[in-house]
Amino acid sequence: MSILIITEHDNQSLKPVTLNLVTAAQQIGGDIDLLVAGENAQAVADAAAAIAGVRKVILADNAAYAHQLAENLSKLVVELAEGYSHILAPGTTTGKNVAPRVAALLGVNQLSDISGVEAPDTFKRPIYAGNAIATVKSADPVKVITVRGTAFDAAEATGGSAAIEACGSVHQHADVSFVGEELAKSDRPELTAASVVISGGRGMGNGDNFELLNKVADKLGAAVGASRAAVDAGFVPNDMQVGQTGKMVAPELYIAVGISGAIQHLAGMKDSKVIVAINKDEEAPIFQVADYGLVGDLFEAVPELESRL
Amino acid sequence: MKVLVAVKRVIDYNVKVRVKSDRSDVDLANVKMALNPFCEIAVEEAVRLKEAGTATEVVVVSIGSKSCQEQLRTALALGADRAIQVEAADQLDSLSVARILQKVAEEESADLILLGKQAIDSDNNQTGQMLAALMDRPQATFASEVVVEGESLKVTREIDGGLQTLSLKLPAVVTTDLRLNEPRYASLPNIMKAKKKPLDVKTPDELGAQLAAGVELLGVEPPAERQAGIKVSSVEELVDKLRNEAKVVA
Repeated sequence: MSILIITEHDNQSLKPVTLNLVTAAQQIGGDIDLLVAGENAQAVADAAAAIAGVRKVILADNAAYAHQLAENLSKLVVELAEGYSHILAPGTTTGKNVAPRVAALLGVNQLSDISGVEAPDTFKRPIYAGNAIATVKSADPVKVITVRGTAFDAAEATGGSAAIEACGSVHQHADVSFVGEELAKSDRPELTAASVVISGGRGMGNGDNFELLNKVADKLGAAVGASRAAVDAGFVPNDMQVGQTGKMVAPELYIAVGISGAIQHLAGMKDSKVIVAINKDEEAPIFQVADYGLVGDLFEAVPELESRL
Repeated sequence: MKVLVAVKRVIDYNVKVRVKSDRSDVDLANVKMALNPFCEIAVEEAVRLKEAGTATEVVVVSIGSKSCQEQLRTALALGADRAIQVEAADQLDSLSVARILQKVAEEESADLILLGKQAIDSDNNQTGQMLAALMDRPQATFASEVVVEGESLKVTREIDGGLQTLSLKLPAVVTTDLRLNEPRYASLPNIMKAKKKPLDVKTPDELGAQLAAGVELLGVEPPAERQAGIKVSSVEELVDKLRNEAKVVA
């Protein structure tokens, strides 16, 4: 068996989720190759080649892949697919954009967001927003899979010395073009990769009060998230949303501040190792999943927390 | 511009999902069913395009047993012009659904195909992308804004870390994210009118669609339950616990 992993990157650095995918691939078993499709992405290929356990890195460096548009990337992957038993992509917006396209072109179904490997053809995956876990088996000749990164440990980022092979194929769909993007700029770690996350809910009252959380985050090296209620109320942008319809996180420490704990939020963070809840309502459902609960006014508790850390 | 909207009948999002005692699947007996929320957003977007004079006709399609006609009627009440039910097993796999939708889109000569980004039962997030691939047409998934500019679309997508804008030439496939719009409620007169709107029934055979080999469901289990921990009485105690018991803070 051999496995091709579509790496996640921004043409400059490899996203940490790729390391989780390598672990998932090791659990499936077989040779592991990484595809870096991008523009001026040599540094990404170098980082990919250094991951322990990787056989080879395929670098497709062309302007057509600069933004990893699904129309172009899927055709590249299909061209490279010959001989692979599994094709893995991260369960991110980029991975979910391209993997079904690859599967359809190969004439197979696709497995989304696997959270466990039972056998090379059998996987566990959450359904119904994580309220049930399905065990599914695929008889397709090639398994096209997206992987929930937080469900697998990260592989060692160094220790490998895989060869980098250049791929000159260019696929450019004539009817799609990149116009622009607005990425949130932050010195803090990304939500899905952070080891500590502190999130605010409707109880924060307004967007300015998130500054209280930012201060704690700076002390802990944490990422700052939000509940859907806080996003819908316009306190913070949607890319901060943790939950079923936002980001799935599973950090070492998750601090929920002024969040009641709706199912939709719990679905996005209940796999965190340690959960802390700060809420003035002692009946809030968030306390049912919290390891440590503090009933009290967040506007007193959070500044005190910051000063004590 | 003709708009085709694909919709799915799923468990109502307010219903708590339970796993059957034999763990073969989730229990859907006597459970309230509804239009998938992301599909509802897709219908709303299509109806707004028609109200703006951009779309000439809005056709909704659903694939499943006769019961999905209920959701097609809901879509008609929201403002779609006519409906197509493709008679097939409920919970058909994504590739089979995409192949059927491809045939419907070709038959209808649809310029824009709108779908929800995912169904809240299987959480697959696949069908729109598969459909676009089979048609070899551009796609914009996770759409939060759609602007029609002549023969093209400018679509803003919610990606990890921010927003991305793409330009797509029609025909194209767009899948909706939560913030694209807020669907309206169907008024009683519109619900009554929807009962008289045309609803055709077709089969995959009639459409010439070949079904794929599905994914086998071996079983379903409830997720691991998390136990409630302890309440601390002060921030001081909390920090002490995090440092010395959980050891997650230095």
